[in-house]
Amino acid sequence: MNLLNYALPVAALLPFFGAAVVASSARFHRAAPAWCSALAAFSALLVLIPAMSGVFAGETLIQSWSWVPSVGLEFAFRLDGLSLLFTLMILVIGLLVTLYAGYYLSAEDSKARFFSCLLLFMGSMLGVVLSENLLLLLVFWELTALSSFMLISFWQHREDARHGARMALAVTGMGGLALLGGVLLLGQIVGSYNLTEVLAAGDIIRSHEWYLPTLVLILVGVFTKSAQFPFHFWLPHAMAAPTPVSAYLHSATMVKAGIFLLARFFPALSGTSEWLWIVSTAGMLTLLLGAFVALFQHDLKGLLAYSTISHLGLITLLFGLGTPLAAVAALFHIINHATFKASLFMVAGIIDHETGSRDMRKLNGLMKYMPHTSVLAIIAASAMAGVPLLNGFLSKEMFFDQTVVASGASSWALAIPVLATLGAIFSVAYSLRFIHDVFFNGDPIDLPRVPHAPPLYMRLPVDLLVIVCLGVGMLPALTVGPLLAAAVKATIQGQAPDYSLAIWHGLNVPLLMSFVALLGGITVYVFRARLFAWNDRHLVRIDARVPYNAVLRALIQVATAITRRFDRGSLQHTLAWTMGPAGLVAVAGFVSMDSPLFGNRTLMDFDPVALIAFGGLMLSSVLTVVMHRKRMVSLILLGVVGLLVSLGFAKFSAPDLALTQLSVEIVTVVLLMLALFFLPQHTSGVSSRWRHIRDAIWAVGLGTGATLLTLAVLTRDLSPISDYFVENSVSGGGGTNVVNVILVDFRGFDTLGEIVVLSIAGLGIFALLRNIHLHASLTDMEGRAWSTDSHPVILQTLSRLLFPLMLLFAAFVFLRGHNLPGGGFIAGLVAALAIVLQYLGNGIQWTSARIRTDMHRVIAAGLFFAIATGLVSIVLKFPFLTSTFTYLKWPVVGKFEVASAMIFDLGVFLVVVGATVMILVELGKFNLLQATKPGKHTKGDD
Amino acid sequence: MTHWVILPVLLPLIGGLLQLLARGFGLPAQRVLGLFLAGGLVASGIKILTLAQTGDTLVYNLGNWPAPFGIVLALDRLAAMMVLLTSVLALGALGYSNVMRIDEKGSHFHVLFQLQLFGLNGAFLTGDVFNLFVFFEVLLLASYGLLLHGSGAGRTRAGLHYVVINLIGSTLFLFAVGALYGAVGTLNIADMAQKVAAAPAARSGLIAAAGLLLLVVFALKAAMFPLYLWLPQAYANTSAPVAAFFAIMTKVGVYAIIRVHGTVFGELAGDLAWVHMPWVLAGGLVTLVLAALGVMAARGLREQVAYLVLASVATLLVAVGLNRPEALAAGLYYLLHSTLLAGAFFLLADLIRRSRGAASDRFDRVARMQGGRWLGIGYFFAAVALAGLPPMSGFIGKIMILDAALAHPWRWIVLACTLTASLLILVALVRSGSFLFFRPQEMASEENVPLGESPKKPALWIIGSMLLTAPILVLSAGELMKFTDVSATQLQNVPKYIEAVLENPLTGEER
Repeated sequence: MNLLNYALPVAALLPFFGAAVVASSARFHRAAPAWCSALAAFSALLVLIPAMSGVFAGETLIQSWSWVPSVGLEFAFRLDGLSLLFTLMILVIGLLVTLYAGYYLSAEDSKARFFSCLLLFMGSMLGVVLSENLLLLLVFWELTALSSFMLISFWQHREDARHGARMALAVTGMGGLALLGGVLLLGQIVGSYNLTEVLAAGDIIRSHEWYLPTLVLILVGVFTKSAQFPFHFWLPHAMAAPTPVSAYLHSATMVKAGIFLLARFFPALSGTSEWLWIVSTAGMLTLLLGAFVALFQHDLKGLLAYSTISHLGLITLLFGLGTPLAAVAALFHIINHATFKASLFMVAGIIDHETGSRDMRKLNGLMKYMPHTSVLAIIAASAMAGVPLLNGFLSKEMFFDQTVVASGASSWALAIPVLATLGAIFSVAYSLRFIHDVFFNGDPIDLPRVPHAPPLYMRLPVDLLVIVCLGVGMLPALTVGPLLAAAVKATIQGQAPDYSLAIWHGLNVPLLMSFVALLGGITVYVFRARLFAWNDRHLVRIDARVPYNAVLRALIQVATAITRRFDRGSLQHTLAWTMGPAGLVAVAGFVSMDSPLFGNRTLMDFDPVALIAFGGLMLSSVLTVVMHRKRMVSLILLGVVGLLVSLGFAKFSAPDLALTQLSVEIVTVVLLMLALFFLPQHTSGVSSRWRHIRDAIWAVGLGTGATLLTLAVLTRDLSPISDYFVENSVSGGGGTNVVNVILVDFRGFDTLGEIVVLSIAGLGIFALLRNIHLHASLTDMEGRAWSTDSHPVILQTLSRLLFPLMLLFAAFVFLRGHNLPGGGFIAGLVAALAIVLQYLGNGIQWTSARIRTDMHRVIAAGLFFAIATGLVSIVLKFPFLTSTFTYLKWPVVGKFEVASAMIFDLGVFLVVVGATVMILVELGKFNLLQATKPGKHTKGDD
Repeated sequence: MTHWVILPVLLPLIGGLLQLLARGFGLPAQRVLGLFLAGGLVASGIKILTLAQTGDTLVYNLGNWPAPFGIVLALDRLAAMMVLLTSVLALGALGYSNVMRIDEKGSHFHVLFQLQLFGLNGAFLTGDVFNLFVFFEVLLLASYGLLLHGSGAGRTRAGLHYVVINLIGSTLFLFAVGALYGAVGTLNIADMAQKVAAAPAARSGLIAAAGLLLLVVFALKAAMFPLYLWLPQAYANTSAPVAAFFAIMTKVGVYAIIRVHGTVFGELAGDLAWVHMPWVLAGGLVTLVLAALGVMAARGLREQVAYLVLASVATLLVAVGLNRPEALAAGLYYLLHSTLLAGAFFLLADLIRRSRGAASDRFDRVARMQGGRWLGIGYFFAAVALAGLPPMSGFIGKIMILDAALAHPWRWIVLACTLTASLLILVALVRSGSFLFFRPQEMASEENVPLGESPKKPALWIIGSMLLTAPILVLSAGELMKFTDVSATQLQNVPKYIEAVLENPLTGEER
C-alpha cells in the first residue's frame, strides 16, 4: 500500500482532524492552538509535495473511492494545475494567517475556537478545490459557508458581527442551494457527477435543453460566493470578522471559491452567448461598482472589501469574455490579487491593532511611527493600483489587452475597454487614498492609542507576501510561470494559448490604458473633496442592510401571516380542513374513474316496521342536535338513537351486535351524565345565523356523502371472505356463534388489540383525572343547591337486589357466548354495569368499602389471561393465539365443548369490567372530590 | 414459521403488562424495567432485520388461520427497518425521560410507553388492513395518554384538538375500510391487491374513492397538507421525550401509504394503479413550503422543531410521491435521518428551554443560559442536520431525492419547492441560533446571571449519541442505500408479496 495513493483525501481531511486537536489543545498552552493549526496546514502541504511534480508536468491525479454508488456520489479527489494553484494559495496564505492571528488575537478571545474554525474552513476550501466528484464538492462548498459563518461571527457579542455572519450565510447559503440544483442538472445531462466526464462533455451540455437553467443556477452559486453584483452586498458586512479572517477569507479563499468554480466549469459551460452576456455583464458591473464605492470608504477594511469586490469583478469579466487568453489573465490575476490583498488586510489589522482605529479620517502620517510596515503597505497598494514592476501591473495589462480584443466584436463592445479603464482609474484613486491618507497627510487625530511598530511575527507574513508581489512583478516567468502554465492547461482542458509573461510588451493600447488609469486616478484623488461631498449628499445613506432587512422582515411577515392564518388553533377550522379533503378525494375518486356510482343489486322491499324505526332514528338524531342547549334532554335523545340502532341490529340478524350496542349505550349515557356535572349549565353566546347556515351545509353535505358511499357499497353484490368463517366456525373454532368465534379465534389478534385499547382508555383517563382541576358548580342555574338526597332508598334497595342477578346474567352470557349470542365483551359490560349501579345507588364510599379490588389488577389480570392464551400456543409450537377445543362430558350438564379461546374470552371479560368500572368510578370519585372541597375550586385549565 | 416475527409486537405488550404490575415497586423499578424492555426491543429489531435481509417476506399466520381469513404479520426489509428505528428512538426518549424524571409528572407513563410501542410495531408488521386499524387505535390511545402526560393549559388544549381530530380520522378509517371491504370483500392487504387487480371496471370508482379516503386517513397521520394542523401545537406543548418519540408517529402514516397504497394500488391495479400518487406528491410539496414558512414564523424553539418535523415528513412524502424506486430508496434513507435527528432536536430544545429559566424557549426574550457551550454545539449539529446541510445526513438524503426528482415531469416545481424551503429553513435556524446563543453574550454583566437549570450530563450524553447518528448515517450512506435500494425493489414486487402472504404454509396438519 502506497501512502501517496491517499495523499489527496489525507491533505483535505488533515485540517478537519487538526480542528479537533486544536479544540482541545488550549488547555495545555496558550499558544498551542496556533502551533497545532500551523502544523496541520504545513503537514497538508507536505503530503501534497510528492504529487506536485506530475501536476507541473501537466498530469491530472485522481484518487477515488466508492461512497454512494446509487446516486453517483464518490469519495473522489483530483489534483490538476488549477487545484494545485488554489491549494497552494489556501495552504500558504493559511499558514501566514495562522502565524499572524496568533499575535493578533487578544487574551480574551478563545484561540481554540478561532483556530479550530479556521482549520475547518481551510479543510473545506481544500475539499472544494480538490474534489473530483461534484457532489463531494457541494459538501465542501456548504462547509465553507458554515465554517465562515463561525469565523465571521467570532466576536459573538457584537451585533455587527452576528448580523454580518448571518447575512453572509443567508446569501452564500442561497447560492449553495442554487449550485446544488445546477450540479444535479449537470449530473443528469452528463450522466455522471465526476469532473473528468463533465469537463469532457462540454458540447453535450451546451446543446442540452437544460443548459440555460443549469448555467443560471451554477452562476447564482458562483456570484453569491464571489460577491458579484447583485449579490455583492454581504462582503463588506463580513468585515466585522477579526482581521486575520478577512485576510484569509476575502483575499485568497472564500470569495475565490466562486471564481474557482468559474474556472473549473470553463471548458464545460463557456463558449455560448448566454455565458458571455451573463458572466461578463455581472463582472463588469461588479468591477465598476466596487472600484467606485471603495474610494468613499473611511474604514480601512471597508475600502479593502469593496476593492476585493472590484477585483473579483475583473476576474469574472475575464472569464466571461471566454477566450483562452482571457482565462490566462484571470488565473494570473487570481494569484496576484491573493498576494497583495492578503498583505493589505494584514496591514489593516496591524494598524487597527497598534492604533485602535481603522478610520482613515483619523489615521494620518503613520509613516513616522511604523516605517517598515508603511513601506510594505505602499508596495502592496501600488500592486493593487497596477503600478509597473509589481505583479498587479502584469495581470492588469493582460486584462486591458483582452478588453481591447473583445472590443472588436461590435460597436457596443467598444464600451468594454472604456469601462475597464474607468474602473482602473478608480482603482488607482482608492489605492492612492490608502497610501496617502494613512501613511502621510499630516498627523494622526484622536487615536485611542499611540501608534507603534507591530511585533515581528505579525509583520513577517506581510514581508513574505510583499516579496512575492515584487518577485512576480519583476521576474514573472521565473517565479509564477510554471504554476500558471499548469493551471492554464487544467482550466482550458486543451491546448494552452501562446502568452508571454514579459514585463515589457512594447508601446501598445493596454500600456496607454494603464497610463490613462494612473493619471486619471491621481486626478480623481486630487479632486476627491468634491466627489466626497457629492457622495455624502447622495450615496452614503445607501446601506445594503436596510433593503436586506426589509426583505427578511417582509419574508417573516408573510411567513407569519400565512402560518397563523392557516394554523389558527381553532378546532372547527381544523375539522373543516379534515372533512373537506375527505369529501373532495371521495368525489375525485368516483369522478376520475368512469364507472357508475351505484350497483344493480336487487334491493329489499320496504318494511313498515323498519320504516317507523328509521323515522324514529332520524327524528331523535335531529332532536339531539336541536335540543343541544338542554343537555339532559339531548343526552336522553342520544340514548334513544343508540337504542334504535341496537333494534336495527336485532332486526338484521345481528343479536351479538344488538346486545353489545345496548350495553355500550347504557355505559356511555352514564358516563356522559357524570361529565355533565362539569359542563357550564348555561350555554352562552349564540352562534350567528351565518355560522348556522354554514354548519348546516357541512352537516348535510357530509351526511349525504356518507349516505351515497354506503349506498354505493350496498347496491353491489358482495362475495366476501366471511363465508369461510361460517363454514369453519364449528369445525375449526369449536363454536356455533360465528361472531364470537371470529372475535376470539379467527381474528382474536384484533380483539387483543382492542382490549389493549380499552385498557389504555381506562389507564389514560385515570392518569388524566389525577392531573386536572375543574370547576364544578354546587348549585344549579337559579342558585339552588343540588338535592341532598343523592342516594334514594328505592334505588339503593333495587340496586343491591339486582347485583347478584346481574352478575349471574353476565356469567350466563359469557358461558354461552361461544355457541349462542353473548361472549366476554357483552358479559364484561353487563358485569361492569352491575358494579357501577352499586356506585350510583349507594355512593362511592359505601361501595368502595365493599368492592376493594383495585381495577388496575382486574385489567392486568385480563391482559394476562389473553396474552397467556396466546403464549401457550407458542410453547406448543403453534403460532400465537392458535386455539384448540375438546368435548367434555359431565354428569347432569351433559356433553359440552371447552375451547382454549374461552380463556382468552375471560381475559376480554376482565379487561372490559376493569376498564369500564375504572373510567366510571374515577369520574364519579372526581365529582365527589370536587363537590366536597368547595373552597378549593381552581379555574379549569380548559 | 418463525416466531421471531411476532416478538417485536409481543415484547412491548408483555412489557406493558409488566409495567402495570411493577407499579407497586415504584418509579425507579419501572425505569430500569423500561430500559431493559427497550434494549430487548432493539435486539429483537436487529434480529428481525437480519431475517429480512434474506429478501423473502416472512409471514406469520396468527391463530394458525390461513390468509386472507386470519390475520397475518408480514416481515420484509422495510418493516424490519421501521421496527428497529422505532426501538432505537424509544431507547433514546426513554433514557432521557428517566434522566429528567419526566415520569413523575403523571401516572402510567411507562405502561403507556410500552403499549405505544406495541401499537407502532403492530402497525409496521401487520398485513391486514383492519388489523392496521386496530393498531392505529392502540397507538392513538396510547399517544393521547402520553401527549397529555404532565399537565398545563397549552398541553391540554393542543391535546384535545389532537384527540378530536384523530377520532375523526378513526371514523374515516372505518368508512374507508368498510367501503373497500364492500367493494372487494377482503381485508388482507395482499388479497386486496389481487382483488383490486381483478375488480370489474364498474367498481373502479368505488375502489378509487375508498382508496383515496384511506389516503386521507394516512395523510392525517403523516401530517400532510391540509391535514397537519393538529401537529405543531401538540408537539410543541407536550413533554420532551414524548415529542421526541412522536417523531416516528408521522412516519407511521407515510409507512402505511407505502405499504397499503403501494401494494393495493401498485402496478397490478390496472386503471387504478398509482391513483394516490399525484395527491401525495402535491400534498408533500405544499406541506414542505408551508412547513418552511412555519419554521420561519415560529415563536419558540419547540414550535420551530415541530415545524421541522413537518418539513421532514413533507420531504419524505415528496420522495414517495415521485413514484420511482430510486426516490423511494432515497426517501427511506431520509426517513432514518429525519426521525432520529428530529427526536434528538426535541430533547435538545427541552434542555435549552430549561437552561433559559423563565424565558423558556421563546424567541422574544433574551436570556443567558446555563451550560450554553455544549447546548450551542448540539444546536449547531442538529440545525445543520435538519436544515439538510452537509456534512450531515439530511444533505445526502436531499440530494438523492432531488436527483431522482429530475426524472419526474414535475422536476422544476419539485426543485423549486425543495430549494426554497431549504433556504427558508436555513435562514430561520441561523436566526434562532444566533438569538439563543449569541445575543445573550452582549448582555451587561449584572444581568448576566443565568436563571435556568444547568443541563444534566447524562441527558447531554443521550442527545449527543442521538446526534452522532447523523455522521454515522453519512459515512455508511453507501451501505444503507444498498439496503434501501433493495427494500424499495422488494416493495415494488407486489406479486411476490402476494404469493408470500397467501401461500404461506400453516403449522401442523390439522387445518
